[in-house]
Amino acid sequence: MDGGGLRLNMNGLDYLILALYFVTVLGVGFAARRAIRTSVDFFLSGRSLPAWVTGLAFVSANLGALEIIGMAANGAQYGVMTVHYYWIGAVPAMVFLGIVMMPFYYGSKVRSVPEYLRLRFNRPTHLLNALSFAVAQVLIAGVNLYALALVMQALLGWPLWTAVVVGAAIVLAYITIGGLSGAIYNEVLQFFVILAGLIPVTVIGLVKVGGVNGLMDAVRDSKLGEAGLHAWQDTGSTANPLGAQWIGIVFGLGFVLSFGYWTTNFAEVQRALSAKNMSAARRTPIIAAYPKLFIPLVTIIPGLVALVTVKGLGAESGDLQYNNAIPLLMRDLLPNGVLGVAVTGLLASFMAGMAANVSGFNTVFTYDIWQAYLRPGRSDEYYLRIGRWATVAAVVVGIGTAFIAAGFSNIMNYIQALFSLFNAPLFATFIIGMFWKRMSALAGFWSLLLGTLASLATYLLYKGGVIDFNSDLEESFWGAGIAFVTVAVVAVIMTPLTAPKRDEELRGLVYGLGGVDLKGDVLAGDAVWYRSPLLLGVIAVVLAALFYIPVF
Amino acid sequence: MSNDGQPAQDPLIDETQAEQRRSAAARLFDIRRVIGGLFVAYGIVVTLIGIFDSRAEIDKAEGVRINLWAGLVMLTFGLFMLLWQWLRPAEPPPPNEQQPGA
Repeated sequence: MDGGGLRLNMNGLDYLILALYFVTVLGVGFAARRAIRTSVDFFLSGRSLPAWVTGLAFVSANLGALEIIGMAANGAQYGVMTVHYYWIGAVPAMVFLGIVMMPFYYGSKVRSVPEYLRLRFNRPTHLLNALSFAVAQVLIAGVNLYALALVMQALLGWPLWTAVVVGAAIVLAYITIGGLSGAIYNEVLQFFVILAGLIPVTVIGLVKVGGVNGLMDAVRDSKLGEAGLHAWQDTGSTANPLGAQWIGIVFGLGFVLSFGYWTTNFAEVQRALSAKNMSAARRTPIIAAYPKLFIPLVTIIPGLVALVTVKGLGAESGDLQYNNAIPLLMRDLLPNGVLGVAVTGLLASFMAGMAANVSGFNTVFTYDIWQAYLRPGRSDEYYLRIGRWATVAAVVVGIGTAFIAAGFSNIMNYIQALFSLFNAPLFATFIIGMFWKRMSALAGFWSLLLGTLASLATYLLYKGGVIDFNSDLEESFWGAGIAFVTVAVVAVIMTPLTAPKRDEELRGLVYGLGGVDLKGDVLAGDAVWYRSPLLLGVIAVVLAALFYIPVF
Repeated sequence: MSNDGQPAQDPLIDETQAEQRRSAAARLFDIRRVIGGLFVAYGIVVTLIGIFDSRAEIDKAEGVRINLWAGLVMLTFGLFMLLWQWLRPAEPPPPNEQQPGA
């Protein structure tokens, strides 16, 4: 390794492939414009999309490049244990969302996740969640944008600010014009382009190390050793690459963290709300679970290949950080042609991440903040217009955040850590509110607020050195668990002391009160057995369990 | 789950739902056409690059003619998307309760 930088040797044909993609993405935005007449057309694609489209968009919205690059880095650093982030840390929660929670979300016709809180609890709970979600989305959009610019700078040699502005302008154009349909259609396209970019890296990487067996032998000789090839074997203690016990993996990652992220994050759930009927909405996250099962093949395997082929990988700074595992393999293994496709896939995934943040933000801002509290009672066209302006504002703030992030490199990590603190208490409030009809509106508000503060306090005490955990990961397990317990305790104490909501108000929002119609709007073709959400969901979970066998 | 009665009503949601009768969502195009088109184009470009790949490029990819293979796979995938759309066109959305003139 000569340490000659990450710059890729792109030629004209590679740039042609990249340009073709940008043109297509913009074209999709413009072509989606004619299908927008109402605010629901703009924010929720008119609730008209088929399940395979919303399902792939669901997985793609999460497949930001931070995720791809980060998971390949985890693969190189922690080895096969990284599969926990997929098989136990995502698939069960996605299936749960589809089977159990989606009937309440889709059936009640709420237009966003915060709106569910308004109907189930009260306006303060709603406002708290709407504001924290909106702020989180614009800041995270900026983080995504900055990461995009960093990669374009490192790989293509573009100046940072050019990359920020180009990336932002493209996302801005296709969402402002094409609305959620523009975002979702591009996410589906991005999903395939990302795969087309990652599969060649994986295949050639495997050829280079002598196939799967060669890779396993090489990993045994690497600094990870035998432990790098097992997901569960050493989890009786924390003496494993991830530094986590099985109980932390199952309850912390598999339950509290993953359910918090997947089931209440509106940037994800929005994709399901845009489905054309109840059956398609429920299948959305479940269809997404299937690609999720296989994505570790194209992230963790390249990570391991990089570990054993790139000498010195794992440096604290510079070109040999774990985060550069995939870019380094692209540089070393891909000839022009597939190189262009791979770069396009990487850039596509950055834009997918940012677009999901922006389209989630504009909806919550318009429906949950502007319409609910600031300017109620205007026409639908008015809110459609506000949505377009909110998109512009989100991208502009995102650019600002990107430049702040450029000045303080650690701020990206802090922003992401900060907002992940909101997930666990939010999920706890949702799940208790959905299954315990007596839970009162005031209890909802205080549970959410105190749960979030508990999570925040744990994080700050850890960062301040007051309490000690083995790793950041362990802190997040515990912080999430403490938040969950706080929410439950506050709910149980406050509910008997405060007035309940009437049953009629909770119909369709809470389990056991009726008002949820699973079959009403189903098309004839959706009744066939292989489109049953329950069956598809159970198969996905069983597959996730079976996949663990060879890497136990 | 039982189906006794309607979900709870909310004025903001009801307003938006009422407006949705004017929806233009039925005019949305089919994304399979775009995916198919882009991948056919990528397939052709990358396959051509693969046919004319030099020894150095093949050696870089560990002796695999990756451009040729990737190009052909992308081309096949693109054609499959187009064929799928042609054989199973999108189902027309269910008619709205009130179809406006426009």
